[in-house]
Amino acid sequence: MNNSLNILIYILFILAINRMSATRTAYKGNILAIIGMSIALIWGLINLKSEYQIYAAISILLGGTVGIIGSRRTTISQLPQMVALLNGFGGLASGLIGISETINIPYLNFLQIFIIFTGCLTFSGSVAGFFKLSGLIKINDTETIRSTSIIILLLSIISSFYAHNGETEYIIGFALLSALLGFCFILPIGGADMPIIISILNSLSGWCTTLVGLSLQNNLLIIVGTLIGASGSILTYIMTKAMNRHLLKVLFTPITTNQSSNYQHTEQDIHKGTPQDAAFLMENAHKVIIVPGFGMAASGAQQELSNMANILIKKYKVDVKFGIHPVAGRMPGHMNVLLAEADISPELIFGINEINPEFKTADVVYVIGANDTINPLAKTQKDSTIYQMPILEVEQTKRILIVKRSLAPGYAGLDNPLFYEKKTLMLLGDGKKITKEIVTQLENDSN
Amino acid sequence: MEIYLIDILILSGFIGYFAIWNVTPLLHSPLMSVTNAISGIVILGALENLNFSSTPITTILLLIAIFFASVNIFGGFHVSARMLKMFKNKDKTNE
Repeated sequence: MNNSLNILIYILFILAINRMSATRTAYKGNILAIIGMSIALIWGLINLKSEYQIYAAISILLGGTVGIIGSRRTTISQLPQMVALLNGFGGLASGLIGISETINIPYLNFLQIFIIFTGCLTFSGSVAGFFKLSGLIKINDTETIRSTSIIILLLSIISSFYAHNGETEYIIGFALLSALLGFCFILPIGGADMPIIISILNSLSGWCTTLVGLSLQNNLLIIVGTLIGASGSILTYIMTKAMNRHLLKVLFTPITTNQSSNYQHTEQDIHKGTPQDAAFLMENAHKVIIVPGFGMAASGAQQELSNMANILIKKYKVDVKFGIHPVAGRMPGHMNVLLAEADISPELIFGINEINPEFKTADVVYVIGANDTINPLAKTQKDSTIYQMPILEVEQTKRILIVKRSLAPGYAGLDNPLFYEKKTLMLLGDGKKITKEIVTQLENDSN
Repeated sequence: MEIYLIDILILSGFIGYFAIWNVTPLLHSPLMSVTNAISGIVILGALENLNFSSTPITTILLLIAIFFASVNIFGGFHVSARMLKMFKNKDKTNE
């Protein structure tokens, strides 16, 4: 009975992931996964000793309430930090299971040590990711933290031998060291690399589940954990590919922030434009490509952008397309969700390979809140962090409109030569406000 | 016994590999939060261990583990549903 239920549950999960291959079926996929999980929860509770059942049920209910409230309060642009935090909680659960196993079971093996290590590391790493993504912590001195984390790594390896003896104090000490390690490890990683980090944490939370499965000899946990581990690993691969970064470099190279020293530009070097200029340029164009970056989401300009695209298409018969860089958001696929929230049709949205040949034929490109993903330095400046990252080739378009809050460098800490070109018009200010003014202008103009 | 578990691990790695490459990049965010929610299945490990729990400390630790795994499960599914609903609605208006 137990075994056939296990089979049913993992088949449901695999089908759920399979349904994610198309937007039409994806929602049903989520429901399949929920059904699978509900069966697992009920079965787990039934098999529990009766004296524990009530406590476990209360824990589940409390946790569920907290989870749903947390999710409700999250806006779509805050999504990455929410996902990071949830990943961390999964890791924490595994870590706690590992600790209790080492205390409960008299004979020990290194599997439990591994579970504690990975679980606690995933948890604290995710918490660090959460802080970084929500902008609560900013790190300047990355070198010190990196060297500290090496010391902590050594300490935790040494303490793992003591923890192996099964004494509670040592186990707790080892868990704390692992947690500290995860925190110090993730903290100095560059902000632009966050999509990679979230994918790694996602994968780690899966491997934690696999490890727990191995220690309990539970097939279901092994299968599901490995599925998730594979999923996270592939997403990590896709993201490193999209940024042309080596995973080891992301994890171990300190960020240097003095690269922008080559460029000593001031506001006088740029050509400032008004929303009216922008509206004029776009309504007279045949083809406009919109390039949104995370700055767009940060200013909450999605809806205005959607309105702008609609007016251009319907009133001025302009061919409007959206070009999205794979790392435009802060997690894989983030920008697609942000645009979907603003009711922008997926048919207008194109990935980097599809849109790049089109920049040549476009009349105007409207860049909002993106910087590193359009930075031509990626092609020329060898010592920059984004060297050889595939970029959206905005520089090929006849006129470039760039909406930006200020001339400050982007997330990767780089200046952008595009800002100072003759054909570029800079619209400095809040993305939402500027786009709104453009929309008003477009509404008033006659075509 | 151990080797048989490793077999399962490797084979499910392959299933995962092929299933994930099939997912459209458009849905990578929801994919991540669904898999995130599914990883909460580790709650079964906590429930199973609760049956062997010998001391109050481990019972409390496991109940805390159950709590966090549940936050993971319910939060993850709720977030995914929110995202996927937006894509689902879009499809209807286009038809």
